[in-house]
Amino acid sequence: MRLLYAFIAGGLFGAGLFVSGMTDTSKVQGWLDVFGDWDPTLAFVMGGAIIPMAIAWRLVPGRKPLVGGTFPEPQDPRVSRNLVLGSTMFGAGWGLAGLCPGPSIASLSYGGLWHWVFAAAMLAGMALAPRLRVTLDRTVPAE
Amino acid sequence: MEQDWIWGLVGGLLIGTGGAVYLLANGRIMGASGIIGGLVDGSGRSTATERLMFLAGVILLPILLYPLYGHVDTHVSSNPAVIIAAGLLVGAGTRLANGCTSGHGVCGISRFSLRGIVATVFYILAGGLTVVFFRHLLGVI
Repeated sequence: MRLLYAFIAGGLFGAGLFVSGMTDTSKVQGWLDVFGDWDPTLAFVMGGAIIPMAIAWRLVPGRKPLVGGTFPEPQDPRVSRNLVLGSTMFGAGWGLAGLCPGPSIASLSYGGLWHWVFAAAMLAGMALAPRLRVTLDRTVPAE
Repeated sequence: MEQDWIWGLVGGLLIGTGGAVYLLANGRIMGASGIIGGLVDGSGRSTATERLMFLAGVILLPILLYPLYGHVDTHVSSNPAVIIAAGLLVGAGTRLANGCTSGHGVCGISRFSLRGIVATVFYILAGGLTVVFFRHLLGVI
């Protein structure tokens, strides 16, 4: 059942990214570009996604996941150097291409060559991240 | 287009429902970068099948919906330097920050997570500045 639910969740995610237009890089860059012809769509996508998710979080206390196990522990709330630096790097890449990890995967079947090149570079970046983490800890000790 | 925001809202609700299913059924946070990244760096080896099933859904549904739309133009850049630099930054950045638009944005903000909110502020600011700089000042995107 765990695998079926994962497939359903992924399907809803992929369908949502597709119908919302979030795999269209011009809509993402159009939202980020406040000095251009501003496109508000992304704000509606974010707002729409947060509603069911906020309801889900309210159902968590006192329950267990359907397939068993436990819900994720509340995270360490501290804002770390890696959180800020990583998010800034991510934002720069997001602005450059108009793609983030979810839409880059959802659009592989129809986006063409450059979506595959982006995805390959993204996987390479993900593979390099552990080493970057170690290098950062050595050169700029956190906290 | 006029009704773009309606489809944005509909798509958003679908995305959030996907996140709700992943949380309430499997007890996991639906973060695209974490799901993919765990497969890349081996940290998610014990849950690899679950991750792959999730990604199969992400890829399959657009394939099924595509014929209803005829053609979808993603307006993606064909500048190799831009695409490769962007991919590397997105991959390394999201793993360093432990999340992207889905994990920090959708799942984090909806639980009022300080980390999710801070991450979202930084990636939106960086994204906005990048678009303004590379589009309006350099004219390369």
